[in-house]
Amino acid sequence: MKATEIQAIYVMWLRQMKRFIRSKSRLVSSIVQPLFFLFILGSGFRVAIFEGVGDYLSFLAPGIIAMAILFSSMFTGISVLWDKQFGFLQEVLVAPISRISIIIGRTLGGATVALIQGVIILLIALIMGVHISGTVGLIFTLFFMILIAFTAVGFGLVIASKMEDFQGFQLIMSLVIMPLLFLSSAFFPVTSNPTMKAIALFNPLFYMVDGLRGSLIVGVETVNSPLFNLVIVVIICIFMMSLGSYLFSKTET
Amino acid sequence: MNIITTNNLTKKYTDLIAVDNVSFSVLKGEIFGFLGPNGAGKTTTIKMLTTLLNPSKGSAKILDFDIIKDRDNVRKNIGVVFQEPALDTELTGGENLDYHARMYAIGRDKRKERINAVLKLVDLEDKRDIIVKNYSGGMKRRLEIARGLMHYPNVLFLDEPTLGLDAQTRRAIWKYVKKMNKEEGTTIFLTTHYMDEADYLCDRVGIIDRGKILIIDTIENLKNSIGNDVITLTCSNINTLEKRLVNEKWIHNIKIHDSKLTLGVEKGDEKIPLIIEISQSEKIKIKSISVRKPTLDDVFLHFTGKTIRDHDNKNNVESQPRFRMRGGRK
Ligand SMILES: Nc1ncnc2c1ncn2[C@@H]1O[C@H](COP(=O)(O)OP(=O)(O)O)[C@@H](O)[C@H]1O
Ligand SMILES: [Mg+2]
Repeated sequence: MKATEIQAIYVMWLRQMKRFIRSKSRLVSSIVQPLFFLFILGSGFRVAIFEGVGDYLSFLAPGIIAMAILFSSMFTGISVLWDKQFGFLQEVLVAPISRISIIIGRTLGGATVALIQGVIILLIALIMGVHISGTVGLIFTLFFMILIAFTAVGFGLVIASKMEDFQGFQLIMSLVIMPLLFLSSAFFPVTSNPTMKAIALFNPLFYMVDGLRGSLIVGVETVNSPLFNLVIVVIICIFMMSLGSYLFSKTET
Repeated sequence: MNIITTNNLTKKYTDLIAVDNVSFSVLKGEIFGFLGPNGAGKTTTIKMLTTLLNPSKGSAKILDFDIIKDRDNVRKNIGVVFQEPALDTELTGGENLDYHARMYAIGRDKRKERINAVLKLVDLEDKRDIIVKNYSGGMKRRLEIARGLMHYPNVLFLDEPTLGLDAQTRRAIWKYVKKMNKEEGTTIFLTTHYMDEADYLCDRVGIIDRGKILIIDTIENLKNSIGNDVITLTCSNINTLEKRLVNEKWIHNIKIHDSKLTLGVEKGDEKIPLIIEISQSEKIKIKSISVRKPTLDDVFLHFTGKTIRDHDNKNNVESQPRFRMRGGRK
């Protein structure tokens, strides 16, 4: 790869980082919101006993981490729409750099931001007494986090390329993402109900959450093995990134 | 030497032809302007020349590089200041310039030096570490111009560089444009719908209306083409007088507009008695008459049949103004 393309990737990455650090509200809300979920759901459901779930907080923590990474990365993808409306996209598109570098840089930037958030929540969960697994598990965890981030940026890019404004985004959040998230076993197990389990098998988020849970937590029961989940998630990720990049590269302003 | 050459450049949208078989060339070192009303196709032309839009037909070259086949080289050789601001408002002015320089592969030392130089050119040296959202509209525009120059482009595109700015800021921008044209030898392609802007800045002007170029020439030749002097008069029975005068050899052109009759002639003051004589013989009463040097407004009226204000009024009635995120530059 040419040095100029690496510079371009770096610039796109750096820009995401700077914007994240400077946007205090995003910084705060991206961490506070998952923590709310963790505390409220965690203490609310602790008394309820889900079948096959040991410590509920340990069950919930990976779900919340997945959710935080998902939202943050989707936001990065969709923020292309901001760049389009605020004109900055044109500045990038007339520069002598390839579209693919623009996407790689942005994705890496978004993923870095999401990973920072994920790790912060992980640390808080640790303090709260969640039992996490050893080195191998953590390496798997990292893979899952990165893959979730990339997939969500790709999905955000798809939405941004297909939409002209932000209203559609609200619709997709409440009609697609939230239901998928609830049916992904992020907050409660789906195995107790056969219908829900059958639906989960068609839910991409299910493999992400199940995989993250299996890698991160010791002694938790998951539906699939982490390795199996990983393979599925890699496939989903490649598909989503390719589709997002393809649609973005077609962008005219 | 030609910096820009276009050949029947055309852009069709589903319901209209925004740019219609446009051919022209821009010479090295000149300030070339597209003058035309809203919706004439100026921005569309710039977007094609800067590789953001694919032409439907025709071709264009920047230097020797084809805008479709050789985009990368085209992009390396141009700077663009878009009609709509294109800055990252969450970053500082300095960061905007620095990121730009990196995308154009300018090395670290050169980068620092160049940032200082372009900021100096537009008098923004002391605003470098301020986040752009705290800039005024005029400062943003200056920063964009500075950014367009960062990588020593052969040609700088300026799409309506002073749209929506106040008079004082506009004059300041004009000064910078002249300065960079002179000091850095940058060829400039600009679009505008302001007569005074084209008049003040441009060496040559192309008048564009409804996607077509009506004429291209130097400002001076354009003005002379409609006669050395312009006579404007109001009278009773204006249509009769027009019919009577339209075939006079000494009148280069004649138009009724806003219930005024406008004539392009040579030696205007000698023609006034003649006109009065003719109208008296037709029993037409002249209410007022004056002679002046032609302006670009007269030229525009002559070639498009309307003043630019008519165009804009008509456009405002016909189409809703498109959504703009950042109206009200100051
Ligand atoms: N994406 C588009 N789709 C359809 N029509 C467009 C599009 N962009 C511009 N136009 C139309 O093309 C014409 C020329 O537009 P434009 O080049 O922006 O004019 P100018 O910059 O001279 O004001 C206008 O009538 C405008 O409405
Ligand atoms: Mg325009």
